[in-house]
Amino acid sequence: MSDPITILGGGIVGLCVATELTARGVPVRICENGDVPGPQACSWWAAGMLAPFCEGESAEEPVVRLGQEAADWWERQGVRVIRNGSLVVALGRDRRELARFARRTDGHRALDAHAIAEMEPDLGGRFSEALAFEDEAHITPRAALAELWDGLVARDVEFTKDQPTSGRIIDCRGLAAQDTLKDLRGVKGEMVILRSNEVKLHRPVRLLHPRFPLYVVPRGDGVFMLGATQIESGERTRPTVRSTLELLTAAFALHPAFGEAEILEIGVDARPAFPDNLPRIRRRGQRIFVNGMFRHGYLLAPAMARQVADLICDDLKPEMMDEDHGEW
Amino acid sequence: MATFYGTEVSSRLMLGTAQYPSPAILADAFKRSGAGIATVSVRREAGSDKAGNAFWDLIKDLGVAVLPNTAGCHSVREAVTTAHMARELFDTDWIKLEVIGHMDTLQPDPFALVEAAKILTEDGFKVFPYTTEDLIVGEKLLQAGCEVLMPWGAPIGSGLGLSNIYGLRSIRAQFPDISMVIDAGLGLPSQAAAAMEMGFDAVLLNTAVAKAGDPALMAEGFAQAVVSGRMAYDADPMEPRDMAAPSTPLIGKAFL
Repeated sequence: MSDPITILGGGIVGLCVATELTARGVPVRICENGDVPGPQACSWWAAGMLAPFCEGESAEEPVVRLGQEAADWWERQGVRVIRNGSLVVALGRDRRELARFARRTDGHRALDAHAIAEMEPDLGGRFSEALAFEDEAHITPRAALAELWDGLVARDVEFTKDQPTSGRIIDCRGLAAQDTLKDLRGVKGEMVILRSNEVKLHRPVRLLHPRFPLYVVPRGDGVFMLGATQIESGERTRPTVRSTLELLTAAFALHPAFGEAEILEIGVDARPAFPDNLPRIRRRGQRIFVNGMFRHGYLLAPAMARQVADLICDDLKPEMMDEDHGEW
Repeated sequence: MATFYGTEVSSRLMLGTAQYPSPAILADAFKRSGAGIATVSVRREAGSDKAGNAFWDLIKDLGVAVLPNTAGCHSVREAVTTAHMARELFDTDWIKLEVIGHMDTLQPDPFALVEAAKILTEDGFKVFPYTTEDLIVGEKLLQAGCEVLMPWGAPIGSGLGLSNIYGLRSIRAQFPDISMVIDAGLGLPSQAAAAMEMGFDAVLLNTAVAKAGDPALMAEGFAQAVVSGRMAYDADPMEPRDMAAPSTPLIGKAFL
């Protein structure tokens, strides 16, 4: 085999592509300036929900279909995938949001108050209706990234800070690739990590609200991630008071005991996205770009990595490829 | 043609640009509706260094007039600062002035609105104030230099339609020569048609289209309703009456 392919970026996409390629015997090295895994990657701040059906409420069809590969892929990498499904609820006056959500998604079952209490005892008595998406799952993002890193190190993949000057490159830099991909934009997201020993949840819970939609993902040991705002801005710093207030207020509405929770972290970054919020593979010369995961990094990176590997190993044109000017 | 501050606008439908599933769907909705004006918020997106530029460039590419707004502002000072930023970003002196007075209903704060309108018109802005149907507030806004009024149909995002028909008829009648846009609260095309039939110059909506299952289709539905409603207004509709009025003559039939 020739020289290793250089993968630019050690975030979710870079690590998934590297994992998929090395598994197929293609040598790679990873070029990343920060720590791997590290907070410079927007996947560090993600929720880790593998919820293709829920995402179908506003995402295009490929997200729902390709996202269904994710849970099995992560499990194959040795990542702990919690297959407890997800739960969607709405407060009394927003209950009609639940009907709308149900109309626009598949793979759910309606729950009454009794069934909610059985599934999530701490939410019992607080909601009279909910939707259960039983085929969904979640993972802990930072643990998943660390697992991929371990696997790559075990396969002797080199991690370097030296920028390549030539050779074949897979560019997985996320928003930083804006310098070349002119239609890439940032969508700012803010999140909060809390610890509460008073609330127990077994699966991600989405609270529908016309203005402040929120999800809470249990991370175990009383740790919860609240996410996430979605603002049309490429700003990667500066979580605002308003956004944090919205997230915390929604958590408090989900369960008042969150009022006494400890705030562990407030995080912010911008997700890389193309105009239709779908990911893309593009080949220009000796460089393949994989980008635009938007809010679907953990959900779609496995499918995108598979498509890139199919292209490199078997010359199969990826479904999500919209540009090919390659001399690979 | 509707005219705002001397500028003729081809479509009487104005669309907001928030909450769409993606910018691509937003662009489809504009294309299919032929909307003439796009409103865009800048307060929250601006960040510390015009970080919203990528999205704003997409809006500029829609090829329609841009009406930046001060959504998310709760005080005169915030609104004035945001308006200045918007003028620089979009190179326009148009500003849709929103000063929110109540978090839950997003009702405008009429006192702060009038004050901000005065400051901005003196500073050369062409102000489109988001207001209630209150006549006195309307009058004060006109005195402050506004040449357009944008009374609400119902609270923002509620989809309730025209919740105070009497008040809206009354403000339309009170200021017959002022360009007036029903802004906010519309959920269905029939409500937009009703507003146009009442003689309003245009309607502005966002959520009803952005949150529809098929935003582009809903946008087209609204566009047709706006055209129909305006046609009805221009056609001088019949007056409703309590008794049936047969459309064919009854001569020759016995009165029973």
